[in-house]
Amino acid sequence: MWGDTSIKLGNTLGAVAGFLGVLLLLFYLAGFARGRLSRRLAILLLLGPAVLLLLVGIVVPAARTIYLSLYNEDSTKFLGFGNYTWAFGDSDIHQVLLNTLLWIVIAPILTTALGLVLALLVDRLRGQAVYKSLIFMPMAISFVGASIIWKFVYAYRDPSQPQIGLLSQICMWFGWHNPPNWILSHPLNNFLLMIIMIWVQTGFAMVVLSAAIKAIPEDITEAAVLDGAQGWRLFANVTIPMIRSTIIVVLTTVMITTLKLFDIIRTMTGGNFGTQVLANEMYNQAFTEFNNGRAGALAVLLFLAVVPLVAYNVAMLRKEREVR
Amino acid sequence: MAMLTRTERKRSEPARTAPTRTGVRRALSSPLSTVAVLLVTVVWTVPSLGLLVTSLRPEQDVAQTGWWDFFAHPHLTLANYHDVLFNGGFGVSDGLMPYLVNSLAITVPATIFPIVLASMAAYVLAWIPFKGSDTIFFVFFALQVVPLQMALVPLLQLFSGGAHIGSLTIFPAVGMGGSYAPVWIAHTMFAMPLAVFLLHNFIAQLPRDLIEAARVDGASHFRVFRSVVLPLATPALASFAIFQFLWVWNDLLVGLTFTGGAPESAPMPSRLAQLSGSFGDHWEILTAGAFVSVVIPLVVFFSLQRYFVRGLLAGSVKG
Amino acid sequence: MADANNGRIEIEGVTKRFLTPGGEVFTAIKDVSFTVEPGQFCAVVGPTGCGKSTTLGMVSGLDRPSEGTVKVGGKVVDGITDGVSFMFQADALLPWKTVLANVALGPIFKGASKAEAQARARDWLRRVGLTGFEDRYPHQLSGGMRKRVAMAAALINEPKILMMDEPFGALDVQTKAIMSNELLGLWEQSRPAVLFITHDLDEAVALADKVVVMTSSPGTVKAVYDIDLPRPRGSVQEIRFEPRFLELQHQIWDTLREEVERAYARTAGGPVTEGKAA
Repeated sequence: MWGDTSIKLGNTLGAVAGFLGVLLLLFYLAGFARGRLSRRLAILLLLGPAVLLLLVGIVVPAARTIYLSLYNEDSTKFLGFGNYTWAFGDSDIHQVLLNTLLWIVIAPILTTALGLVLALLVDRLRGQAVYKSLIFMPMAISFVGASIIWKFVYAYRDPSQPQIGLLSQICMWFGWHNPPNWILSHPLNNFLLMIIMIWVQTGFAMVVLSAAIKAIPEDITEAAVLDGAQGWRLFANVTIPMIRSTIIVVLTTVMITTLKLFDIIRTMTGGNFGTQVLANEMYNQAFTEFNNGRAGALAVLLFLAVVPLVAYNVAMLRKEREVR
Repeated sequence: MAMLTRTERKRSEPARTAPTRTGVRRALSSPLSTVAVLLVTVVWTVPSLGLLVTSLRPEQDVAQTGWWDFFAHPHLTLANYHDVLFNGGFGVSDGLMPYLVNSLAITVPATIFPIVLASMAAYVLAWIPFKGSDTIFFVFFALQVVPLQMALVPLLQLFSGGAHIGSLTIFPAVGMGGSYAPVWIAHTMFAMPLAVFLLHNFIAQLPRDLIEAARVDGASHFRVFRSVVLPLATPALASFAIFQFLWVWNDLLVGLTFTGGAPESAPMPSRLAQLSGSFGDHWEILTAGAFVSVVIPLVVFFSLQRYFVRGLLAGSVKG
Repeated sequence: MADANNGRIEIEGVTKRFLTPGGEVFTAIKDVSFTVEPGQFCAVVGPTGCGKSTTLGMVSGLDRPSEGTVKVGGKVVDGITDGVSFMFQADALLPWKTVLANVALGPIFKGASKAEAQARARDWLRRVGLTGFEDRYPHQLSGGMRKRVAMAAALINEPKILMMDEPFGALDVQTKAIMSNELLGLWEQSRPAVLFITHDLDEAVALADKVVVMTSSPGTVKAVYDIDLPRPRGSVQEIRFEPRFLELQHQIWDTLREEVERAYARTAGGPVTEGKAA
């Protein structure tokens, strides 16, 4: 086993060294060029690889996915919008679309709201670094790891036996002696899964919003305080408007993460018990059902849901650049 | 009460002439906030604590009592870790160890490749303006949010088909690191838009003087990139490296898709997700496995938190 | 350095337009023409934002004119001009390299061996009076000393053209005078053509053979003056009291004043009271 390990790691290091070596050699040779040629060579060699990766890895495959979505499962028969009518007509997929909609509305809003409250409260506390670190920590954990952590919290045992799941045990401590099998209870299970997402992302929202609050020029808050703004009014009339754009960025960022949600569903339920979402259904269509047409159609739907967010972000960036 | 009002007034007197930050803060604060934050922190920490405690309890205890029982009857063992890493029992003779090796072998190149290639591109887009360079930058930026599900199936077809186009071998199956290559390349591709965007933001703001002085001294763009830009951009490179390392280490979708979950090349998360389904009752094993996969990101996170936060802020607030 | 003809800078009818991110065309400089003879010290003065730095960029080949031509040594600039060195307001020193390594960087970029580059760097550090500071890092030096390092780094490649973009702009008055004297001393030794950008008229007259006055928005050349003060000039503090200096200074100031006031009125938005600038 150790031999196998060292071969694997050796090959990996070899690949990295080879990659860097080739680049250095190319740079060295291209460094001899002069005049206009040197500039063109620099653009080609430095920018070329990234553009190529983008074309081969994202642009062309995305175009091909759109193409595949118009064909049947093994891309031999043209179906037109058949896969799309399936997606909107099939009752199983209705559930998937409804779940996805619930996710992208509820999870980002709760995450941002909780992150905002924490950002406002935590900065005034002694030992804020400790609180911040602990709340932010789940961000470093994989969704798979987070799912296993929470699966254990939601673990079900027959009420007559000693409980191992924390949630059931807490219910029993508070006098509810018949807690359900959480993961199997539809539609409750959707919300229990959302808690995992909120658990992971709240720290992110808190840290970003807290930085934005700290960046508000002091004279603005001070002027407001001198004008008599206190507590809630200061918060609603000064703090919130000043960090509005950051709030929107946090909301959209969490929303995009939620749209692409795959790991939590796959680890917790595999998409069963009425918890399926778009990204996991797409994976199942592609790699369990081997239906590239339907998988493509679902991927395109996912993309279309993301497009408004992309457009919005690009507009924001352009605006910011013009101001500069 | 009267006492309190008097002290309040007394304290706020200097603030009338020169309001201070603490004055503003006090205006917002209430004793409830400490309780609220404390409560959230506990709720946020306890589930992870449960994972850690369970992974250290003997199998018998885990099966019979809840993990909080540990504090009443503390029995500690590392047997679960030994089992999960080396003994297996998951249908693989070596346990999770090979997957851990795979994770490492995937993550290191998949962090280095995109950083190098993206910083090269960011330098050109920031410092060698040409017709269309702005457009290219916006394309990079916009592609950030194309879900990678859009590229998954065609890219997999390309990788598996690419190996057998005539006599031309595009992705050699063995040799340059076995079957890791598709995962490396896929991760590098998917990381490119964000990496170029983040590094561009930083590199574009480097002092013009340093770069132009070297250029006029006769240094080629390659030389400037290597000797001036890369060293200056170290903070941004470090931030993105941490970000990308954690992303790849924690990734399930790309790893699962481009290795097919095979023990020769699949990383930890894909195996854990599988175990979570099939070995859901062996919590002592599952929790130990999860903790093994979580411990490296946590170490990275707690030791390099500042860079990590900086990377996050640069990525999300600027956009 | 060997061929004296090589350092002649000819700027002919140069216009530079930029596309702002908002998509509008912005004309930075318009129809600018002037010539700098080999070995001549030419100062360019003008209000902020008159495209002085843009002009430098086109002579060095970092930038390209939209119209007109820039020739160096009779050849149209295409790519980075050979034999040019730059000195900026911020000293372009790499913070992670020692003083010696910073100065040696120029020859290394030009292809010299490390040993040779370091030997030459030592020699240049001696000339700027920094022997014994070779192993310090830039942040361990005072502002004046860093400026000397930058000067050594700019001169070590023995440029035929030295371009200086407000090199002493950030220094206090005393240090600025000392550095100006040292610059003149070093310049007398190798005599490159100098293109010196400043908004300090006294500095321009004290140092230069020729002063080009530029106007702003878009930048154009308003007038060119020959400074016939004898060389070597000696101390720049003292030359300021000579009658000929004052005469030239007044003459140029009259031209420049309108410009400064116009630029000021544009940025401040209000009317300008006469005599304020004097």
